[in-house]
Amino acid sequence: MVKLCKEIKVSPEEMRAAYCGALIEEGKKNPKVVTVDCDLMNSCGTKGFMKAFPDRAFNIGIQEQNACAMAGGLSAAGLIPFVHTFAVFATRRIYDQIFLSCAYAGKNVKIVGCDAGVSAAFNGGTHMAFEDMGIMRVMPDVTILEPSDPVMMRALLPQVAETYGVFYLRMPRKTVYQIYEEGSEFTLGKAEIIREGSDITLIAIGLEVRQALAAADILAAEGISARVVDMFTLKPVDADCIRKCAAETGAIVTCENESIIGGLGSAVAEVLVEADPVPMGRIGVRDEFGEVGPQSYLEERFGLTAAHIADKAREVLARKK
Amino acid sequence: MSEHTRFEELTRFSAEIRKETTKAIAGAGFGHIGGSASIADVLAVLYGGMMKIDPSDPEWEDRDRLVLSKGHCGPALYAVLALKGYFPMEWLQTVNKPGTNLPSHADCRKTPGVDMTTGSLGQGVSSALGIALGNRILGRDAYTYCICGDGETNEGEVWEAAETANQLKLDHYILFVDWNKKQLDGRLETICDPIDLEAKFRAFGFDARTVKGDDVEAIWNGIEDAKAVSGRPHAIILDTVKGEGVNFAEEEEFNHYMTFGMDKAEAACAEIDRRLRNGTYPGGDC
Repeated sequence: MVKLCKEIKVSPEEMRAAYCGALIEEGKKNPKVVTVDCDLMNSCGTKGFMKAFPDRAFNIGIQEQNACAMAGGLSAAGLIPFVHTFAVFATRRIYDQIFLSCAYAGKNVKIVGCDAGVSAAFNGGTHMAFEDMGIMRVMPDVTILEPSDPVMMRALLPQVAETYGVFYLRMPRKTVYQIYEEGSEFTLGKAEIIREGSDITLIAIGLEVRQALAAADILAAEGISARVVDMFTLKPVDADCIRKCAAETGAIVTCENESIIGGLGSAVAEVLVEADPVPMGRIGVRDEFGEVGPQSYLEERFGLTAAHIADKAREVLARKK
Repeated sequence: MSEHTRFEELTRFSAEIRKETTKAIAGAGFGHIGGSASIADVLAVLYGGMMKIDPSDPEWEDRDRLVLSKGHCGPALYAVLALKGYFPMEWLQTVNKPGTNLPSHADCRKTPGVDMTTGSLGQGVSSALGIALGNRILGRDAYTYCICGDGETNEGEVWEAAETANQLKLDHYILFVDWNKKQLDGRLETICDPIDLEAKFRAFGFDARTVKGDDVEAIWNGIEDAKAVSGRPHAIILDTVKGEGVNFAEEEEFNHYMTFGMDKAEAACAEIDRRLRNGTYPGGDC
C-alpha cells in the first residue's frame, strides 16, 4: 500500500544514505551481493557497505569502463554486483560496457548513477546527466528506475537485488523530499496513482514527483482536477497505467528531470500513439546541456518547477476537446 | 602419459583446431582467419589438458574459464569446443549463417562452452578479471584465462584492468596476449605500436613472460611457470605469426580477414597434414 505524507518536507535522510542502508540489508540477506566503486564512495555514500562487508566491496579507482565489464564477469561467476558512480559516467561513459558485457551477455548487473539531472548542481554541465535515461532506454533487456524518495528506495532495492538482469538505478545523492509514509510498498514496473484527479494526469518521475504534486495543488485552486502518477519504473514503462489515465482524464503532462528526448515523455508518447492518443505535453529539458548552479536555480532555468507544470497543464487542457 | 607424448598429442590437437577453424570460416565464405590461426596452439594447450573443464557440463561452477577477449576469433574457439564435444562438429559449418549458434564473435548466450561474450575489444580483459575475482570471493580453486590481441592493447580498458588485477593480487588470472605483430589495418608499428608488451605488463605489477606462441610445449611450460608465482596476476606474451599454419593466409600480408572457399581450405588442411608428417608444422619449411 502507498501512503502519501500529509506534508511533503525535506527528508532528514539523504538519498545516498537511504540507498546504502537498503543495500546493506540486501548484503545481509544475500552473500552474493558485491559492490564496485570508482573512487566516488564518499560522494555516492557507499562506504557503509564496505564497512559492513569489507570482502565484498571493491573500490577499484577511476576506471568506470573496467568496473562495468568487470561487473559482467562477477555476474558470470555468480555474484550480484552493484556498480556505483555519477550518472554521467554510469551511462554515457560506459555505455558499450553495459551493452556488451552486461546486457547483451545476459548478466545480472546493477548500475547505480548518482546526481540525476539538475541534482548535479555545482558540478555543472559536464556532470549533469539529462541524456542518461534516454540512452539507457534504447538498450534491450535493461530495467530503468528512479525512486522518488528514501521510502521508495527501501521498497524497491530488494526487488532490484532479487530480480535477475541489468538495472540502471538513477538517483539524486543528497537532499530529497519525503513523499511517502514509511512502510509504503511499491512494485517494480507498476506505476502508482498517488493523487486522484479527473481532468488531466501529471505523470512524473524522480524529483519531479514532488513538483507534480505541487502543480496539482495549484491547478486544484483553479478548479482543475489533476491526477498524479509516480512512474518510478521508466522501463518497462507501465503502459496499462498510461492508457488508463489517458482514457479516464483525457490529457497528460509528463514531468522529468532529464531530456524530453528519449526519457519519460518519449516513453509515454510512444504508448499513447499506439493506443488512443490524447492531448499531451512534456515538462523536461528541451535538448540543452546542463549548467552550473544551485538546484533551485536549475529547476527554474530548465522549466521543471510546479509553476511550469501547471502552465503546461493549462496549455494541454486547452487542446482537450 | 610421458611429456613427449603429451606435447605430440597437443601438437596434433592444434592441427585439428587449425583445420576445423579454416573449414568453418570457409563454410561462411569469409572471416578472421589470421588471428584465429595464431591462437590455435594456446587453445590446444588450454582445452587439451591445462584447463579443468567438463564438456558434458559447460556450466560447472568450479571449472576453469576462458574469456576470448579478441572475440572476432570465435571460429577458433568454436573449433576447439566442437572437438572437445561441447556441441556437434556439424555446427561448425553453420558459422555466421542465419539462426546459427556460432556467430562471428564469441557469445556466451548462444554457444555451449563459451564462458563470456566478447567482441568490443578490451572488455574481455575486464570481464575475465571479474570472473577471477568472483571465483576468489566464492572460494573456488579455479583459474581464469583470457586471450587478448596485441592490437587490442591499444584499448585503454586493458590497462585499467591490468591496474586492478595487480591491486587485487589476482594470481589465478592468466592473461595471454597474442603477439602476432599485426592489427586489422597493418603491422603494429605502422598503426599504434604497443612496444614491449612483456615489460609493460611487468611495470603494471604482473608476473610476465614471453613464450613461443606456436609451440605447445613452450606454452604449457609458460603456464606452469606462471602458476608457480603467487600473489601476482600473470601475463604470457605469445610470440606468434598471424595466419601461421594456414598456407594461403601466411602468404597474405593483410590476413586479418579473408574471403576464401572450401577448395582453399581443403588444400590448407592437406598442407597442415603434410607439415605434420615432415615435422615442419605449424610454420612450414620457412
